[in-house]
Amino acid sequence: MIIGIDMGGTHIDGAAIEEGVLVASVKHQVDHTDYFASIWRCLKDLLRHVDKHAVERIHLSTTISTNAIVEGRLSNVALILQSGPGLKWHFERMGDHIIHLSGSVDHRGILVRDLDMRELDETRERLLKSPVEALAVVTKFSTRNPEFEQRIRKYFEGDYDEITVGHTLSGKLNFPRRVRTAYLNAAVSRTFMKFAESMREALLRSSVNAPVYVLKADGGTVDLDGAMLKPVETILSGPAASFMGMRALLDDEQSDRVLIDVGGTTTDMFFLVDGVPVFEPLGIEIDGRRTLVRALFSQSIGIGGDSHVRFEEGILKIGPRREGLPVAFGGESLTPTDALVYLGKLDAQYREKSRNAVEHMAAESGFDAMALAEMIVMRMCDEIQSAIERVLNKLNESPVYTIEELLRDRTIRPQAVEVIGGPAASLSGYLEEAIGLPVLCPEHHEIANAIGAALAKPTIEINMIADTGREMMSIPERGLYQPIDRTFNLREAEEFALSEVREAGKSLGLKKKQLDVEIVESSSFNMVQGYGRRVDRNIRVRAQIKPGLLEKLRKSD
Amino acid sequence: MKANNTLGLIMFPAFDWAISRSHPEREERLLYTQDQLLEEGIEDIEGIEFFNPGMATFHDVNRVHFCFPDAKSLLTESHLIAAGGVIRAFDAVLDGETDKAFALVRPPGHHAQRVVYGDRGFCIINIEAVGLEYARQRYGDIRVAIVDTDCHHGDGTEDIYWNDPDTLFISFHQDGRTLYPGTGDIDELGGPGAFGYNVNIPLPPNTGDAGFHYILENTVLPILEEYKPDMIINSAGQDNHYTDPLTNMNFSAQGYAVLNERLNPDIAVLEGGYSIQGALPYVNTGIILAMAGLDYSGVVEPDYHLGKWRQSDRVTEQVRKISEQVNERWSRREELAEREYGSRQSVTRRRQVYYDTAGIMELQVQEFKVCRECPGVNTIHSYNDLGASMAGVTIPRKACHACREEGYRLFEQAAATKKSFLQDLSRDEYKVLR
Repeated sequence: MIIGIDMGGTHIDGAAIEEGVLVASVKHQVDHTDYFASIWRCLKDLLRHVDKHAVERIHLSTTISTNAIVEGRLSNVALILQSGPGLKWHFERMGDHIIHLSGSVDHRGILVRDLDMRELDETRERLLKSPVEALAVVTKFSTRNPEFEQRIRKYFEGDYDEITVGHTLSGKLNFPRRVRTAYLNAAVSRTFMKFAESMREALLRSSVNAPVYVLKADGGTVDLDGAMLKPVETILSGPAASFMGMRALLDDEQSDRVLIDVGGTTTDMFFLVDGVPVFEPLGIEIDGRRTLVRALFSQSIGIGGDSHVRFEEGILKIGPRREGLPVAFGGESLTPTDALVYLGKLDAQYREKSRNAVEHMAAESGFDAMALAEMIVMRMCDEIQSAIERVLNKLNESPVYTIEELLRDRTIRPQAVEVIGGPAASLSGYLEEAIGLPVLCPEHHEIANAIGAALAKPTIEINMIADTGREMMSIPERGLYQPIDRTFNLREAEEFALSEVREAGKSLGLKKKQLDVEIVESSSFNMVQGYGRRVDRNIRVRAQIKPGLLEKLRKSD
Repeated sequence: MKANNTLGLIMFPAFDWAISRSHPEREERLLYTQDQLLEEGIEDIEGIEFFNPGMATFHDVNRVHFCFPDAKSLLTESHLIAAGGVIRAFDAVLDGETDKAFALVRPPGHHAQRVVYGDRGFCIINIEAVGLEYARQRYGDIRVAIVDTDCHHGDGTEDIYWNDPDTLFISFHQDGRTLYPGTGDIDELGGPGAFGYNVNIPLPPNTGDAGFHYILENTVLPILEEYKPDMIINSAGQDNHYTDPLTNMNFSAQGYAVLNERLNPDIAVLEGGYSIQGALPYVNTGIILAMAGLDYSGVVEPDYHLGKWRQSDRVTEQVRKISEQVNERWSRREELAEREYGSRQSVTRRRQVYYDTAGIMELQVQEFKVCRECPGVNTIHSYNDLGASMAGVTIPRKACHACREEGYRLFEQAAATKKSFLQDLSRDEYKVLR
């Protein structure tokens, strides 16, 4: 049995799944003064309905790291950078200690200028007198050669509990994002560590003997040890949980699709191409900071079931603000939910009050109440439709680098839309009309996120680069930087990459049949030094565990 | 970080195309440039946008070239995509999507002349000219200055715009007596319709940053100031760099960045440049930052050492002299044109063109009609050492009625004896007979 828990802004949902069948589910309120207690309450409630000894794994989608960042509860981090030559980025909101060291690495990973030990000694002396609690160390092109980052970490070892080094966080190139990611990782480390320890103790006390996995923004999971090393990977996992839930609840046809999660304040959209999710090209943005944290591509628009509806200078406006609950559920301000109630599509707690609110606004604006209600719902669907179109245009413009890709012209053309969220079922008819595609709406959609958390499987991506001229290869995500033969070729590289992914998958508890590994990109460039004297190879391979579900959800009969 | 000028980047490294396995124009060429741009986080700068190239059509190519036997059999998709990248750059700027655009595409084009039998200097079609003539048909009259900053003389662009007064062509390059393609002399000034609007600035080997900037400040910018183009295009070869394996100049990434800041081009197009590890990553980063109006002072090659690459006093003196000679020709261009062509009805030009990559020798006789109303129709009769012969007639965009009629007459006359091409730029029509 797998347990999935998803902590959102207001609710925390739990689901227990046995052999692909949903056997229990619970819903609680989040206590914003104590996140751990909120999760524990939800978990205990769920365990009341099932046999705790049958639990094989516990999957958590938490906002622990996200909230620490958004609310600014961060450790005091010193950033130690080797920016080398190039663009001069100014890093803002990254603490008060940004230290630039000399020494640089070039695009091939060649050490151009060495570290200056005197600079390091001075830095150490200064930092030890400061209130700094953790370090983040980033060298430009460290993914090509991590030597300087490793030497700096070794130098400071013992001084600090947390020293994050950039190259371990992602194999992708983007120095400013690597800097932000390393900073955030070091800054949330303590908070996450505390949470993870509380979790372990509580499970031990209650004799629940199941490993804990944490959800990531890419829709995959990582074990608790891994998450403690890279807590930044656990940010913004909520939308990914919903996405995985939708995948579990609906058929997995290999077509182009749009997945929509209509929430209270926002509506999130995801995209599938041939049944494969679209990912952010580099990483997710949190609190205005662009990172290298791998994530599903999602677009959020400020319109949802609870959005504030009003007329501004004679024009109907919906959102992006939310002024509490819909009238139908005890709130004060008119919302699309109330419009749906008026149209008889949705049940309400305060039906009369909700109807009155619609009629009141209709009278004020000179509309027929029925027409106004329809207009509100149709406007909402139109905005969702135009957002989908905007995003598709953007995705279809994604850069390509080979003639083959350019000529293939893989334009995304959705065949269907899947929608979940509170008002999903009641909206589907209107959405179908606005978008002009079949709209599917699954059962159990109210706890799709918890189901998604439960059924998510570990994800691993590695970016390998091998340079037979330098006779070195590097897989930053695995901390590998090692010699290779001059004869090393693309086939060997692909094999090596796949075996590394398999290895990583096994250590995350994946069974053989779940170890679906694949090469995502691979290329080998002839490198000619001078005029054709010696031909070497620059080999690049990206490999991953195919994103997907541990198992499909089956209908309980 | 926010760009002061919005900039469209058409970055298309064509990772699956090469002239041959170890040819300088191979898959690897823009690999390290792309790495550098990615690592610097260029794509996260607000105001810098990435666009995919489209594909130029054969019609776009036929506006500029007489391809023998035809465009289809000479070109690969990569050529049409490189030209399509330049077209995308023009669209970005002229549709107002971005203030400026830089097409980082390959293969290059500035050695491709009007007649094309094959590959010369790694170029088959002139991607700037294909882009520019597309833009003129789509957006109307544009007065353009093309400044060719490649180390090799832009002989293809010179040939195509030889007789077009609406296109000022300025090329500074390593002196043709010391480098391919050998042309680019100071006295190659243009045809009768555009005499003086072809400006060659041959520079001595080992010219450094100081020499390039001297030429820019004392010759190029004053000429541009007077010509007042609607658009400036930098034909941005990067082989003046001190690490380039094929040339002998001492220009640096900082030098290129300063040049682009001062020149302030609307569009830049990558041309040559084969120091793919030591130069291109830094030069391209420098050009991008300069075009976007951002601080480029940190962009320095790892091995750069000013003292080592400073030009000698002798070179400084030679550069000063060349600058003076060019300026003199520019300021006296009308008087010189009168003396050269004043009373003539037509001008004939004979030349040999060697296709180094394809190994073909071409003989050309070109005839320019001197017209008071328009730049005048012109005809090329061409033969090559593989036994091919052809004729091509170009009716300029602003042709007068008489020259247009004359063009069609010449075309039919030529077609009676050999394969003949007609470019009617005034109607955007292209024909082939036989």
